[in-house]
Amino acid sequence: MHVVLVLVVVAVGSVLFHFLSPWWWTPIASNWQYIDDTIIITFWITGVVFVAVLLFMAYCVWRFRHREGHRAAFEPENRRLETGLTVITGLGVAAMLAPGLFVWNHFITVPPDASAIEIVGQQWQWSFRLPGQDGKLGKTRVDSITDDNPLGLDKNDPDGRDDVVLQGEDLHLPIGKPIKVLLRSTDVLHDFYVPEFRAKMDILPGSSTYFWLTPTRTGTFDILCAELCGTGHPYMRGSVVVEEQVAYDAWLDGQQRRMLAQQDGPTRQKGEVKAQQ
Amino acid sequence: MVDVPLGVAGVPLAEVEDVELYHPKSWLTHYVFSQDAKIIAVQYSVTALSIGLVALMLSWLMRLQLAFPGALSFIDADAYYQLITMHGMMMVVYVLTALFLGGFGNYLIPLMLGARDMVFPYANMLSFWFYLLAVVVLFASFAVPGGPTGAGWTLYPPQSITAGTPGLAWGIVMMLVSLMIFIIGFTMGGLNYVVTVLQGRTRGMTLMRMPLTVWGIFTASVMALLAFPALFVGAVMMLFDRLLGTSFFMPEIIEQGARLPYGGGSPILFQHLFWFFGHPEVYIVALPAFGIVSDLISVHARRNIFGYRMMVWAIVAIGALSFVVWAHHMYVSGMNPYFGFFFATTTLIIAIPTAIKVYNWVLTLWRGDIHLTTPMLFALAFIVTFVNGGLTGLFLGNVVVDVPLSDTMFVVAHFHMVMGVAPILVIFGAIYHWYPKVTGRLLSVPLGQFHFWVTFLGAYLIFFPMHYLGLMGVPRRYYEMGETAIYPPSAHDLNIFITVMALLVGAAQLAFVFNLIWSLRHGRPAGGNPWRACSLEWQTSATPPPHGNFGKELPVVYRWAYDYNVPGAPEDFIPQNQPPLAGEIASRAP
Amino acid sequence: MTIVVAFLAILIGVVAWWLSTQRIMSKPWLEIGVIDEPPGVRPPPAKIGLGVFLAVAGVLFALSISAYSMRLQAADWWPLPVPRLLWFNTGLLILASAALEWSKVQSRHADLDGVRFGLIAAGVFTLAFVIGQLMVWRELVGEGYFLASNPANAFFYLMTGLHVLHVLGGLVALARVTSRAFRTDEARGDKVSGERGKLRLGVELCAIYWHFLLVVWLVLFALIAGWAGDFFEICRQALS
Repeated sequence: MHVVLVLVVVAVGSVLFHFLSPWWWTPIASNWQYIDDTIIITFWITGVVFVAVLLFMAYCVWRFRHREGHRAAFEPENRRLETGLTVITGLGVAAMLAPGLFVWNHFITVPPDASAIEIVGQQWQWSFRLPGQDGKLGKTRVDSITDDNPLGLDKNDPDGRDDVVLQGEDLHLPIGKPIKVLLRSTDVLHDFYVPEFRAKMDILPGSSTYFWLTPTRTGTFDILCAELCGTGHPYMRGSVVVEEQVAYDAWLDGQQRRMLAQQDGPTRQKGEVKAQQ
Repeated sequence: MVDVPLGVAGVPLAEVEDVELYHPKSWLTHYVFSQDAKIIAVQYSVTALSIGLVALMLSWLMRLQLAFPGALSFIDADAYYQLITMHGMMMVVYVLTALFLGGFGNYLIPLMLGARDMVFPYANMLSFWFYLLAVVVLFASFAVPGGPTGAGWTLYPPQSITAGTPGLAWGIVMMLVSLMIFIIGFTMGGLNYVVTVLQGRTRGMTLMRMPLTVWGIFTASVMALLAFPALFVGAVMMLFDRLLGTSFFMPEIIEQGARLPYGGGSPILFQHLFWFFGHPEVYIVALPAFGIVSDLISVHARRNIFGYRMMVWAIVAIGALSFVVWAHHMYVSGMNPYFGFFFATTTLIIAIPTAIKVYNWVLTLWRGDIHLTTPMLFALAFIVTFVNGGLTGLFLGNVVVDVPLSDTMFVVAHFHMVMGVAPILVIFGAIYHWYPKVTGRLLSVPLGQFHFWVTFLGAYLIFFPMHYLGLMGVPRRYYEMGETAIYPPSAHDLNIFITVMALLVGAAQLAFVFNLIWSLRHGRPAGGNPWRACSLEWQTSATPPPHGNFGKELPVVYRWAYDYNVPGAPEDFIPQNQPPLAGEIASRAP
Repeated sequence: MTIVVAFLAILIGVVAWWLSTQRIMSKPWLEIGVIDEPPGVRPPPAKIGLGVFLAVAGVLFALSISAYSMRLQAADWWPLPVPRLLWFNTGLLILASAALEWSKVQSRHADLDGVRFGLIAAGVFTLAFVIGQLMVWRELVGEGYFLASNPANAFFYLMTGLHVLHVLGGLVALARVTSRAFRTDEARGDKVSGERGKLRLGVELCAIYWHFLLVVWLVLFALIAGWAGDFFEICRQALS
């Protein structure tokens, strides 16, 4: 009865693979432990169902295999059994859905004290913008995008004067502070994905999307793009550094000074470019 | 026209007999421009299976690239994205949809319902030729400058029609045109399937006596008729955007430094249209598979399908519900986040009728008389893979769980398991089951066993571990997995293992193709009803069934399609057209 | 997408009602023997086929209207002017629909000349409608309302174009029915009754299709003329 054996092996093997294989999610580095918990609940419920169905099938194939003189039972339906199974299924589904919706509500409710940062996806690199002293991000327009204004900042908006623009550099975040991540694209769809943060969201050209998180672990994490954005999609990488508040403040200070120097400089830089041409 | 006796009461059979059969006059109208649903079914099936083989080879190439990046010099990033796009689109639309509805639908609906043919044979023929034209256009896109589109099978704008994506010059246009032709052709076929079920049933064949195969194909056809217009509208709009410069889906965009003249369009709108088609599409593939596998299990376990009424209601409920779950593909798309509550709830509710179906399949095995024939093996394997893939759907449907898993290999593993492997196992099982009716000969059993074990275990070993790559954070649609701190080196070994299994499973299909061809001449003669099944297609006057399906008289149906091992019956099955046995009516009464 | 979901809900309601007449609660394993349907429950397949096709075409238009209503909310939407000619075209389509209805009634009275006249009239009015629509397009293009210059324009051309394509498809069917009407002879014995039946069915199907096209056109016209915008606004306020 190799069919029976295979069914049992598939059931048991899948469970063993789940527990013993080295491939599992990376340690979390944000406040979304809730999401991991919901996944674990789902794994338990679905795992029990999977093993139960397979083992029951294996039992049936063994017990009711064709033998001479054996006849099948004629039993068109069994309302009590079917109703019972439906109710149990309903309960199982509710046990997964309820925590899911609860956490989703949490996920889409940004805490009021979250500080905003902006992440911009462009084929195929990540750029970042942090508010300056005023804590506000200035307005942007696609039509303002030029070589020396790659993110299209509106030069007339006073809120944007002191914004820190990072291109080709790592993003730094302070640990333990809620952050609202505003997402913007100037060409196609992208998706800001840091596996350790769990949270992610597509980036749409023409409108702004968001999600929020609180980093809970220091370290340097890779940024991946998780929405097909052309041939450079797998190479659209970046890094985010989560660090203690003191280190973060020092880094931000340095970036602000660099921005100030640049704002004094654009005319000079342009002059240099012209001179080179 | 064949003479048919008038009904004893009620329906004047002239109305049932409304179909005017077209009688072929030459070889060409007999086998090529045929209006006989059985020939059209074979045409559809052979075409779809051939495309399936092509799509399988495309998947080999992309698996090779993933396991050994750069080893095949002709697969650059452009080619890779073209491969995945064509593989996906071919498999979902041109193989699975065409095979289940155009192939099995055409063959089984008239035969199982006791009809002479589809109600509109001419439109039925046109449907196939439109399908073939769509296929030709699709394959022609390999030859146009720039090659086929590499936008992914979802074709999301703006990326599908802007620089950075291969095939944006002609490939995308060919793809959209091909889809539009396919949809027009399908509409002609789909009208046939639906109206034949409504109008073509023979005397006594009430809806609740139809085999579940017909229920599945019927519901899927209705859904396809209502869902494909969404793809059609989306395709027309995108063609306008691409060729005429409108901005249905195109916002303000900087394309590699240059401002494009678009503005104000909404990429999300396309995603809504696409998934309004795309989600029902999953069930358009799944419902015929559900129906067919119910019949396979029942016949080969020699037992009535357990809970027939629940099975029918579940099919209808799934069909209706599947139109209000589409946005679960868009949880992280940036749509209004409050939609998440609604769509997560509807999505998880749909799990209940689906679970009922699974229970009833295994409860049909319970207390059965299980013959482990090749079709039965495939049916058992379907349950395993479908349960696996269905359960992982509960992860992705539950909005917040989807957040970390969306767009990772977990999604790839899930949908391949649930709408790739599972329905294809049913297709194989169905071919082993009905091949004797189509050709009069049985397929070779040893070859079938070999094909089954390699395909089932191999496919499981491909896609089960793949979930864990996704859980680890490997995104889908990557030209190469690449290096990050989070992938252990062993992840690359797993990747290579998956590729090796994929090559093996692909190669095993050659045994299947060989079996199909070899058994045509050398298979064991099957006789009219080799599986001793109840439904009408096994009660034809000759095998293969002649033009007009049944002999001089259409069968009259006296019972449902699942009278296996009825207590007191002399045989372990009673055909649907068997008049009541002595004393049977009294013994059946509640 | 609310509109298309609402449209589907209506369709599902119809299907559910129909299923409820099909004894789907019965226990088929207890019912042995022939079950006959009550006489006359099966209309001709072509009629059912047309009904299903209209549902499909209805979804197609409901989807474009859904897309229209989503897009309408964007800031860059400048509605087109409504050319006077559209009113005239609407009248033509109403006349075509009425002519077919009249033709249908005549076919029941076995008045072949009346049927032929109605069919010809419907064909002429419909052709005039198509030409009128083309003239509207020319007029708008002449005034600078190009397809790509604004989403409102794009939707206008898309939706009127889809509608005209459906009208053209209907004209093909109408031409076939008309030619049948002229081939059918009044006095030719037994065989004629079959021909007659076919003609009557063809006229009836054309009439149904034309009424459908008219309804779709009236809805589209309401959208284009901007009345629907107010309607959407009310809905949105009611929902939010």
